[in-house]
Amino acid sequence: MKCVVGIDLGSTTTKAILLDEQGNILGRGITNSRSNYSVASAVARDEALIAARFEILRRELEQLHISGAIAAADLREDLDGKFRLALYLDQLEMLRLEAGVLMELGQHQAASAELRPLAEAVLGDCVTDAPSMFERNARRKSDFFKDIAGASFMASLERRAGTGDTIYERLAAIFDRAIFNVEAKRLGFDFGDKLRWAISRTMAERDDLGAGDREALDSLGRRIGGLELEEVAFVGTGYGRQTLPFPKEAVRSEILCHGRGAHKAFGGTRTVLDIGGQDTKAIQVDEHGVVTSFQMNDRCAAGCGRYLGYIADELSLGLHELGPLAMQARKVVRVNSTCTVFAGAELRERLALGQSREDVLAGLHRAIILRAMSLLARSGGIVNEFTFTGGVCKNPMATQILREMVTEHYGELTMNAHADSIYMGALGAALFAMDDVRRGVPQLLPHVGAVAPSPFMEASCT
Amino acid sequence: MTTTDQDTSVVEARKDSSQVLQKEMMADHFKKLANSKETRQKVVYTFVPGNLTELIGALGMLPVLPEINALQSGMRKKSAAYIGEAEKAGHSPDVCTYVKCDIGMMKSGNIGPTGEKIPEPDLLLLSYTGCFTFLKWFELLREEYKCPVVMLHIPYQADGEITHAMRQYVVDQLRDVVIPKMEEIAGRKLDMDVLREHLRLSAKAEDDLVAVWESARHKPSPIDGYFGGVYYIGPIFTAFRGTTEAVDYYKALRSEVEERMARNEGPMTPDGPAPEEKYRLVVEGPPNWTHFYDFWRMFSREGATVVSSSYTRVGGLYDQGFRHDDADPLGTMADYCLGCYTNLNLPSRIDLLQKYIEEYEADGLLINSVKSCNSFSAGQLLIMREIQDRTGVPGGFIESDLVDPRYFGKSNIDNRLQSYFQMLQARKHGSYA
Repeated sequence: MKCVVGIDLGSTTTKAILLDEQGNILGRGITNSRSNYSVASAVARDEALIAARFEILRRELEQLHISGAIAAADLREDLDGKFRLALYLDQLEMLRLEAGVLMELGQHQAASAELRPLAEAVLGDCVTDAPSMFERNARRKSDFFKDIAGASFMASLERRAGTGDTIYERLAAIFDRAIFNVEAKRLGFDFGDKLRWAISRTMAERDDLGAGDREALDSLGRRIGGLELEEVAFVGTGYGRQTLPFPKEAVRSEILCHGRGAHKAFGGTRTVLDIGGQDTKAIQVDEHGVVTSFQMNDRCAAGCGRYLGYIADELSLGLHELGPLAMQARKVVRVNSTCTVFAGAELRERLALGQSREDVLAGLHRAIILRAMSLLARSGGIVNEFTFTGGVCKNPMATQILREMVTEHYGELTMNAHADSIYMGALGAALFAMDDVRRGVPQLLPHVGAVAPSPFMEASCT
Repeated sequence: MTTTDQDTSVVEARKDSSQVLQKEMMADHFKKLANSKETRQKVVYTFVPGNLTELIGALGMLPVLPEINALQSGMRKKSAAYIGEAEKAGHSPDVCTYVKCDIGMMKSGNIGPTGEKIPEPDLLLLSYTGCFTFLKWFELLREEYKCPVVMLHIPYQADGEITHAMRQYVVDQLRDVVIPKMEEIAGRKLDMDVLREHLRLSAKAEDDLVAVWESARHKPSPIDGYFGGVYYIGPIFTAFRGTTEAVDYYKALRSEVEERMARNEGPMTPDGPAPEEKYRLVVEGPPNWTHFYDFWRMFSREGATVVSSSYTRVGGLYDQGFRHDDADPLGTMADYCLGCYTNLNLPSRIDLLQKYIEEYEADGLLINSVKSCNSFSAGQLLIMREIQDRTGVPGGFIESDLVDPRYFGKSNIDNRLQSYFQMLQARKHGSYA
């Protein structure tokens, strides 16, 4: 099957969208942006490829009529979890190798005899803890390796060595660096191998599947595993054209991509607000989705997504926990400063004054949306329909306040914001890639070499 | 040495022969300034909008334009240090950066662009043409130099026209206040015939400059009316209007431009002759000077040519019909000052920009908004929206500064411009597909 790829390299996350030749979405992929932009892009694309194949798997599973006690949707989730587990174990193996190299270097060398057994034990714990993290309905704080592995590793390390211990400090530093190194590489894997492992492991855990089911699943695994997705075109977008690791011809402005993506997703869209990690964009589009005007925050990134990131760090919360917590506010505290640099001081001052965390958080969300409203006004106001995109639209409090303020200033109008809004830039990029195919000038995502760890750790995971 | 990210490419920039000629003229002027003590020429500091260069010249005095010094300091990478000096002396970060750059330069020895010391003023000639900061600027310089100020108050064109009373008010000031004070400093009486000769030469150069501006109607435009334009206005906005040097310069410039037009060539850019003209723009607002060539390249490399700009009209709207007239020396100087772009109200600015967009068949209006320049920036979003409504031509909006390199976010601005150009391209086709 032929497909085109759109990638949106943001300051916080990198998103990829895969479209078929008719422009239908095959898969979405997201990963944390990292210092190596090429790797981040390749990983997001790999994620989208996985999602595309799992989407096909989902459709086929529904046709299979499994006789066991499991619903097709649950079975798909189980397979997906096992598949993720397999990848995670590979990355843990890469982590083990990276940490091993670091322990033999310079300042750690003398202590390596002491460090090694502890490191192995901690990594062993990570492997042991892994299967439960990928079970159906298991709640993970994040889907990104650095977050999952980091949390798992630190939990084990705290159990095995006290936090005040020098060996604790030393190993924590080594693993921090090792995770960074793992992320700088693209994981090499064969989709078919991993899927077959996921299927066999799922079947081993379930005794309600009959022989017919098993045969059908095996056959499905072979078919989907062998499915060719041929990438015929690619367009990238993101912050700062100069720093994107793509050929110039394959780059489109993020303004155009967000406008076009939002218009594709919601055909009535005339105004788009995108709040990303480092910038906020207010975009007006015409009936074809072509941008007619736009405004972006210049010089100062106050009130962007990264601001919420700092607030989450200050409160030792996950980014996604902020919105729900703010929703529990009883009143909205007035906050005027949305400067990211001053965010911590502002927050601490409010808390010291005795205001509740929830109420302060509600105020911080309001302050961000106020900035966005000003930008929207500068771009020409809001016209029906209005679509909210970017990472911050996943935050329910931000969305709620925006909806209230939009209604207050512009009256009742259709406001589109759903979880997929984070992919709008990538979707727009993919649509541009389709244009390039039609015009006969397609570009491809530059190749990034992959590292496949060996030996395979899955065997040791029970 | 500063650690700010500054334009590093000045040395490599390609230049027109007229630019080389201009450089020689400027060097000559700064030499005259440096030797003014020996030649006993009096030095008058004054501003570009509403400058009375013919009058200064007719009285044998030499003009110094602090705005030009400031922008040259910006281009020569000196402005960051100068602004730092001024801020050390207590000037707020929000003050016009031309002012701070000038004050910092003064406090650092007043060394001009040629390395020679710029003499202290014998007179501050404050022709006030719409920029309130000018008043404060010379108030500060008066304190520093302890020298006299003479003010020419130009009434603002609040209703979009120059009335007889406004004109008479300026003529009266010239006759009763400004000229007597200048005569006193110069130590001689104004010879009206000499002034008339200067005015006659001004008009001659102005004719050629207008021909240069209007060449941009041609496709491709043989000039860039903003980045190239700031060079074209150099002599006429500074010390040379009303001189034979300016007449010669504009004659040479005009023929250079007409030759390019005959060959169907675009303007010279920092990277050599412009690539294919893809977008024709009108630009509102002053340029950034600290990253001037980087800024220019963001346009020229994308095939964007500026066909007309308002900034290049701050020192006179010659293309709207005004010419210095030797038949009525005081009246013509009044008309000149009253008609500068900085003295126009918002509706007149909108009308003018609209006219440029239509006459030069521009694809877009780009606004470079300078936060520390209230005179230019106030109302710019309104201007943009109104022009979009009237012409359907899409507006773009970026923000930078005159000479403070801290306020030039290179990747931000480039990012906005890339988006803007891609938007223009899509708009030309009406849809993406």
